[in-house]
Amino acid sequence: MRIGVLASQGAFVEHIAMLRQLEVEVLPVRLLQELRGLDGLIIPGGESTSISKLMLDYNLISEIRNLAKNGLPIFGTCAGMILLANKISDSGVEPLRVMDITVRRNAFGRQKDSFETELSIPVLGEKLFLGVFIRAPIIVRANSEVEILAKLADSTSVAARQGKLLASAFHPELTDDLRFHRYFLDIVAGNQ
Amino acid sequence: MESGTWKVKTGLAQMLKGGVIMDVINAEQAKIAQEAGACAVMALERVPADIRAMGGVARMAEPTIIEAIMKAVSIPVMAKCRIGHFVEAQALQALGVDFIDESEVLTPADESHHVWKHDFKVPFVCGCRDLGEALRRLGEGAAMIRTKGEAGTGNIVEAVRHMRAVMDGIRRLANTPQDELMALAKEMGAPFELVAEIHKTGKLPVVNYAAGGVATPADAALMMQLGAEGVFVGSGIFKSSNPEVRGKAIVKATTHFQDPEIIAEVSKNLGEAMPGLDIKQIPAEELLASRGW
Repeated sequence: MRIGVLASQGAFVEHIAMLRQLEVEVLPVRLLQELRGLDGLIIPGGESTSISKLMLDYNLISEIRNLAKNGLPIFGTCAGMILLANKISDSGVEPLRVMDITVRRNAFGRQKDSFETELSIPVLGEKLFLGVFIRAPIIVRANSEVEILAKLADSTSVAARQGKLLASAFHPELTDDLRFHRYFLDIVAGNQ
Repeated sequence: MESGTWKVKTGLAQMLKGGVIMDVINAEQAKIAQEAGACAVMALERVPADIRAMGGVARMAEPTIIEAIMKAVSIPVMAKCRIGHFVEAQALQALGVDFIDESEVLTPADESHHVWKHDFKVPFVCGCRDLGEALRRLGEGAAMIRTKGEAGTGNIVEAVRHMRAVMDGIRRLANTPQDELMALAKEMGAPFELVAEIHKTGKLPVVNYAAGGVATPADAALMMQLGAEGVFVGSGIFKSSNPEVRGKAIVKATTHFQDPEIIAEVSKNLGEAMPGLDIKQIPAEELLASRGW
């Protein structure tokens, strides 16, 4: 199994380290030709404006959009979730528009409002999952084909799945918990 | 829900990796920086080259400038406080900046003590010239480290010296036997726990950026190849003849730092770089890197 991790900007090294622990082949992706032959793709956290500009400059946007439409499993965390969305409620970032969710960037405020909290994520089992939210986005709207996987205590949606696309507003790659990545690899393998 | 934890402080620095943080002095420059692909901006009253030229006491920026910049862009906004000036830091936190740079570019407020950064919810970045200095700042609670370089010179030589010194320190620690670590900690003037941690992991526990003298795409890629995880560009962008184009080129060179063809391509037609200064021509008392300890 070959998983690409978009390495334009952001915390891609952490995703690569987690995937290596799960013993899959991992390739950083910065250029178009590096998208060939992948079984799955992770779009990491980072600055969504910065990542989207670098994707645009190197012609990655339309190609990833095509791959997603043809069934490539993609997992986006934080900025990655923003980029998967159909619509961003506040700004000029060019998203991939492959997942039927509307997101709001920096939905909790500035860095002083960044936080960590324990989340219940039923698809990952009973044990709570540490959600690390850093200038995090939220899902403000999702259509009926989207399954919401996690909510905060006030019912804000913070993780979702639609077919083979997976998104979280928080950063599983900043924890030691491999369950979210394992769940993604199960989707890639067709076991989920 | 817990805010201001070590994980969310260092986590923001992780998100900035592979990016370029640009010095800006107003909302218009901040927008240009965001458009060029900066992953954050540093809000200042004057860029280091102008601070150097003006002399006098350089302080925290006027709050209305910082607020105008925070309003203008959606990327994180950083701001500088003077070394040891914990009240400037408190004010910056109250303004809501995303990161505080306790910076030698401003005139130090305390010649003995840096800010005790553990007391803050907002993360700090601090400059260093070698591993010992990096670990002293980490001990005080810095969530990100950068080289000092020599700001406002457009000359990369000091940043290279400092990055090589940090990397050399890490290699040395990793290869030192356990029973010699305490003596090495004493020699470096670094907290023993951090020395022991790096001996075990072989890497810094926080993100390590380059700063101080970056003026070209090749400078940025040089620092990345030497081990930096991202690049601050101070005067290098807005003191050049074409900030938009140069900013974009430095962003691309930082992402594609291992790809010489891309670096050659983005280095074309950038216009004039900022005028540079030879470090040897600067009187010792005017060097910024020797501020702090």
